[in-house]
Amino acid sequence: MLVGLLILGVATAATLTLTALQDNINLFFSPTEVKQGKAPEGRTFRLGGMVVDGSVERSATDLNVSFDLTDTAEVVTVKYAGILPDLFREGQGIVTTGSIENGIFVAREVLAKHDENYMPPEVTDALKKANAKQYQTNGGVKNDS
Amino acid sequence: MNHPSHSESSDRSASRGSKWRWLHRFGSPAWMYGFSGRWAPRFAVVSAILFVIGLYQGLVIAPPDYQMGDSYRIIFIHVPSAWLSMFSYFVMAVAAAVGLVWRMKVADITARSIAPLGAIFTFCALVTGSLWGKPTWGTYWVWDARLTSELILLFLFIGYIALHDSFEDRRTGARASAVLAIVGVINLPIIHFSVEWWNTLHQGSTVTRLDGPTMDTSMLIPLLVMFVAFNFYFASVVLNRLRSRLLEHERKTNWVREVVHG
Amino acid sequence: MAEFFHMGGYAFFVWSSYAIVFIAFVYAFVSPLLHHQRVLTELRKSTQTERKTKVVATQSPAATPD
Repeated sequence: MLVGLLILGVATAATLTLTALQDNINLFFSPTEVKQGKAPEGRTFRLGGMVVDGSVERSATDLNVSFDLTDTAEVVTVKYAGILPDLFREGQGIVTTGSIENGIFVAREVLAKHDENYMPPEVTDALKKANAKQYQTNGGVKNDS
Repeated sequence: MNHPSHSESSDRSASRGSKWRWLHRFGSPAWMYGFSGRWAPRFAVVSAILFVIGLYQGLVIAPPDYQMGDSYRIIFIHVPSAWLSMFSYFVMAVAAAVGLVWRMKVADITARSIAPLGAIFTFCALVTGSLWGKPTWGTYWVWDARLTSELILLFLFIGYIALHDSFEDRRTGARASAVLAIVGVINLPIIHFSVEWWNTLHQGSTVTRLDGPTMDTSMLIPLLVMFVAFNFYFASVVLNRLRSRLLEHERKTNWVREVVHG
Repeated sequence: MAEFFHMGGYAFFVWSSYAIVFIAFVYAFVSPLLHHQRVLTELRKSTQTERKTKVVATQSPAATPD
């Protein structure tokens, strides 16, 4: 009897939690979802994506910074005034909190998303060199980031 | 030969044929008490040696990460803690289920012995993750699916302990909490796959990938050493907890009298 | 050596993680050992008083069923 009631209680709680989470469990919206109008208008939400290479513009006088975020399909421009995390750099995945104002995402907070790769600096240096060689042979610009 | 006390279930299963005879010893509190007394210290020694090797390799030998510098060294304790938090829960739920189905006292005491340790591993995983998240992501905490489901795991451990101990009759508590433990298993795949199923701030799996770990060998080796050390530590502590609880629960039996005076 | 403790500027995060886990693990390891000792001494005491009052333990020598 007691056990039956408990199963019922736990099952109900689990179902309710899961359905409640269903809408909110995704931490962030992608630029594509924003362009499709799936992100809440005029309200604060999280936007996640990769910082587009070469899009970061820092102000010379204050902490204002602007950059483009992409999910490789769509691009959203982000404006932010504040200190960026250590891992913020071009090509890096980030998650930012803020809202859309006049088509531009005004960020209140910027968080860096780490990838699942771990390696020593020497390895990446070697990889970069290999990449740079490819760039040069292709006549491309050398990537110094 | 004078056999010490058996629980009713072990007597029943013993008659089922020699194939499962070795298993029924685990149902005997006296045998389990001796078994844990022999193996807990050995596991502790193995784990201590591996801890020294793993810590030296992880903190001194392993190179810094190309992006995170030295802060990534937290993963050498974070990843094994997180793994053991889930593994403890799984073992606890299996033991609780065995106790529920076959009315096995030792299984229930095992489950109850694992619970606090599982809670400690979960706590360690959350705290170390938080201390790694601040320099890496820029925040101590975020309500993403991975972090939230791991926090729910902590509540499940605490809930299990609270429910188990909240009844006058030990068997009622064991049955009620076993049901909670079994239902809570649903959280384990949610934790593991949360980083694939939903958008999370937490990155995807590094070690348990189909295409092999995406980690340099110089970092992977200390992680694996620490991982094995954590598992031996877990085994040693669970056996010690089980041992002291068996003694307490069986205080009125002959074998405990023999232990106390022998 | 100083460089080792500095952890490339992440000393606070790295060392506090390791310290918390260390304390938690030592506690989790020691507490069942202490508990075992406590139960043993308690049982020894209770059986001693039993013997003093000459109540020989003839009742319930069998195992308590679950």
